Amino acid sequence: MEFENTIGLETHVQLKTRTKMFCSCLLKTGCEPNTNVCPVCLGYPGALPVMNREAVKLTVMSGLMLGCEINRHATFDRKNYFYPDMAKDYQISENGNPLCLGGGVEITRTDGSKKFIRINHIHLEEDAAKINHYAAHSGVDFNRGGTPLMEIVSEPDLSSADEAIAYLTALKEMLIYAGVSDCNLEEGNMRSDVNISIRPVGETKLGTKVEIKNMNSFKGIHAALEYEARRQRECMAHSIPIVQETRRWDGEALETASMRSKENAHDYRYFPEPDLVPVALSEEQIAEWKALLPEKPELRRARMVEQYGIAEYDAEVLSQQKENADYFEAAAKGLDRKVAKQLCNLYMSDVMALMNATGKSIGECAMRPEALRALVVLAAQGTINGPTLKELLPEIFEKGGDPEAIVKERGLGAVNDASALEAFVDQAIAANPNVVADYKAGKKAAAGFFVGQVMKLSKGKADPKTVGPMIAKKLSAM
Amino acid sequence: MSELYKLGIKEAAEGLAAGAFSSVELTQAVIDRVHEKDGEIGAYLTFDEEGALAAAEAADEKRLGQGAQSPSLLGIPVAIKDLINVKGQPCTCASKILKGYVSPYDATVIRNLKAAGAVCAGRVNMDEFAMGSSTENSGLGVTHNPYDLSRVPGGSSGGSAAAVGGDLAIAALGTDTGGSIRQPASFCNIVGLKPSYGRVSRYGVTAFASSLDQVGPMTKSVEDAAMLLQVLAGHDEMDGTTPKESVPDYVKALEGASLKGVKLGLPKEYYEVSGVDPEVKRITDEAIKSCEAAGAELVEVSLPHTEYAMAVYYIVAPAEASANLARFDGVRYGHRSERSDDVFNLYARSRAEGFGPEVKRRIIMGTYVLSSGYYDAYYGRASKVRTLIRRDFETAFQKVDALLTPVAPTPAFRIGEVQDPLTMYLNDLFTIPGSLAGNCSISVPAGFAATEGAKLPVGVQFICDAYREEKLLAVGMAFETIVRG
Repeated sequence: MEFENTIGLETHVQLKTRTKMFCSCLLKTGCEPNTNVCPVCLGYPGALPVMNREAVKLTVMSGLMLGCEINRHATFDRKNYFYPDMAKDYQISENGNPLCLGGGVEITRTDGSKKFIRINHIHLEEDAAKINHYAAHSGVDFNRGGTPLMEIVSEPDLSSADEAIAYLTALKEMLIYAGVSDCNLEEGNMRSDVNISIRPVGETKLGTKVEIKNMNSFKGIHAALEYEARRQRECMAHSIPIVQETRRWDGEALETASMRSKENAHDYRYFPEPDLVPVALSEEQIAEWKALLPEKPELRRARMVEQYGIAEYDAEVLSQQKENADYFEAAAKGLDRKVAKQLCNLYMSDVMALMNATGKSIGECAMRPEALRALVVLAAQGTINGPTLKELLPEIFEKGGDPEAIVKERGLGAVNDASALEAFVDQAIAANPNVVADYKAGKKAAAGFFVGQVMKLSKGKADPKTVGPMIAKKLSAM
Repeated sequence: MSELYKLGIKEAAEGLAAGAFSSVELTQAVIDRVHEKDGEIGAYLTFDEEGALAAAEAADEKRLGQGAQSPSLLGIPVAIKDLINVKGQPCTCASKILKGYVSPYDATVIRNLKAAGAVCAGRVNMDEFAMGSSTENSGLGVTHNPYDLSRVPGGSSGGSAAAVGGDLAIAALGTDTGGSIRQPASFCNIVGLKPSYGRVSRYGVTAFASSLDQVGPMTKSVEDAAMLLQVLAGHDEMDGTTPKESVPDYVKALEGASLKGVKLGLPKEYYEVSGVDPEVKRITDEAIKSCEAAGAELVEVSLPHTEYAMAVYYIVAPAEASANLARFDGVRYGHRSERSDDVFNLYARSRAEGFGPEVKRRIIMGTYVLSSGYYDAYYGRASKVRTLIRRDFETAFQKVDALLTPVAPTPAFRIGEVQDPLTMYLNDLFTIPGSLAGNCSISVPAGFAATEGAKLPVGVQFICDAYREEKLLAVGMAFETIVRG
């Protein structure tokens, strides 16, 4: 029998706020354990949570980005469980009435086709502390405790590990784009638990769901899903019942193992958090936050293709990082499509190569977008030739400066005067009768030699594109 | 001079301002009185005498510099219920689970008191985590009623009431969740004010039931209560449930306080309750009559959902408490069982050893009503009925200025007399509905019951709409004037 997977993801994203979710401790990493704490995030008697408005803003912005409906009256709940990583022994979360509902994200499958993955809701909560295990004891570090955490819960619309990764990649791109989170997996900014079940192809009823936790990379998530899909199929093949349970991914052994069954599942005893009033959001407030949103990457791609006449592939590469797309668009300001396309080509090849070679992002280099635009315009106008452009680019990338001024100062302007060029061509031909003979004997490549000679005579200021045809014309007339 | 401990806030403030005595003398008088009497009363758990005298000395110096500009409570000692955090002091909540705990921060009410110059050094007994009506549930000691040492001072703010009622304090802070300020005030012949929910910050006040808890003044007069509330009340950035509502001048609101033309509502459901002590009935009836004689207009009102209040309270409060008290787990502070060999046992044994029976009972009740499958039937339903109770009051306050009711069904009972928890819960019959509604109420001394040969204080309760403390205080003051003759 053939089976298909049903996969849903619960993705936790640490928000890029200045302070923690319910207290004024700063969000920072790399401090000594338990130094970035206060009575609130340590759950001391009498301490009360105060809602971080910035976290609400970033969650709402994420919701708007993902097409969710924004709840005008979200409420917080207490999720009760005893564990040393939760100072109060309850987590403040949003259970029944979260900030964002619905929405979704379009993914590109490995075969290039598109698929829409629905989102059930996005809620806001506080992160747990970190438990460190040592040889003879364990320690709790509350520095991370209380970090604002947004949980994006997808519908079970995914059907493979590849799709799950495509979904996470799309989410990550959007959230970084919106400036909501760094989504740095190594630093735990983004973590995902998965739910997976299998059912015979054609069956409409969902199979028994298994939740898998403890993956800390996309690779881990992919491997865990592949493993679990295989395990469940083997269970089916051997008539072993699949039980509803939570399983833990072991990244070393590359397998999942049972953590707790449904019977042992926590009863979280949710109830409305009495210490916090509902999050009242006015239409004006939502509109104000909406205005802060950047254009969605997929919309931006389409617009860039349309507006600048660049290739779809180029638009995709440029818009993968907001910084690149922003820079390109700033540089392309006011250019016609033909020149914009030249700008794009230069950016995709030489500028990106410089970024790779120097390890600097476009924001870190010294070249202003206006300078890059000026360079491209100088070349397009024929004021400088291709070789000069390629010579100037790395220098301006490193040190900055105004291309027009540099060209003027150093006299790098191309020689475009036809009579001057013709003089160089005549001079080159007259000085090399044997090469002319070669050309005449059929060695057409000899024309290239003359181009080089003219460049030399003009001290690099002639445009090879103009010189080439002139030489061909002269030689064939001889 | 030796009887300075008898003073209330207003007289003490006047004496200090006039230079009749110093804060050091006043504080020393209270300390001496505590040495003399607290052995038999047992109001205080700890008293940082050195700290108190140092603060008093600093206050005296400050007064020299500031004179008439001195803040209202400068140099006046105020007793603090032992669940309110004062930096550097213990904060046990009268529980063994917090024995040895030293608070790392000041509650907002303490910051306010300190800013107003008050000396916060004595910490008074209470029912463990404010759960109880007699202070017998304290895990750390018994407190006796200063009017009859064989009787309870009420609770849960029994230490506060006994200290003020027995002249072992100038004034005290209490907290009220279902009657914990008002009932002990009635038992100990003092004034106890429960502010509207949100009027006073709860930041730094160890939580029992977060949607009900309020800090309030327990004082020797209504005017003292106004002076103290003035310092306590207001929006706090650290407590999201305190609205940005302006704070009226409560002391000024007392000028010319009178019952003339005041519409006083008598909720009929409160007067139909059986089992009310005949002496309490007599004193309440006399209070009604004297109010009428003073010009108040009596109006019968109905609060039809009163009969459900007790049930609602004993679902909502334990539910919230079960979560609020989870943090006492032995991991970060407080008692940790020596028999904790794994994480589960660390929790289970630390809590089993640290909490007393009433606290355990309420945690179990609260955990039960929130359990999967029971939530809708209990907590969900209770929340809905709570809304109905709130509306009852709102409707009544469209017709009347204030309600007049008994505070508790009986005067102070004997220590050990009430053994059944349900009978104990009935003490708060008249105070719980207002707590659920979130309005403000005050217990004012009304007379003495002749009970078994003893003379036991009995107060009456006035209730006003939320955020109408200035009206409540004026009514209370006018009544107090009548009682004092």
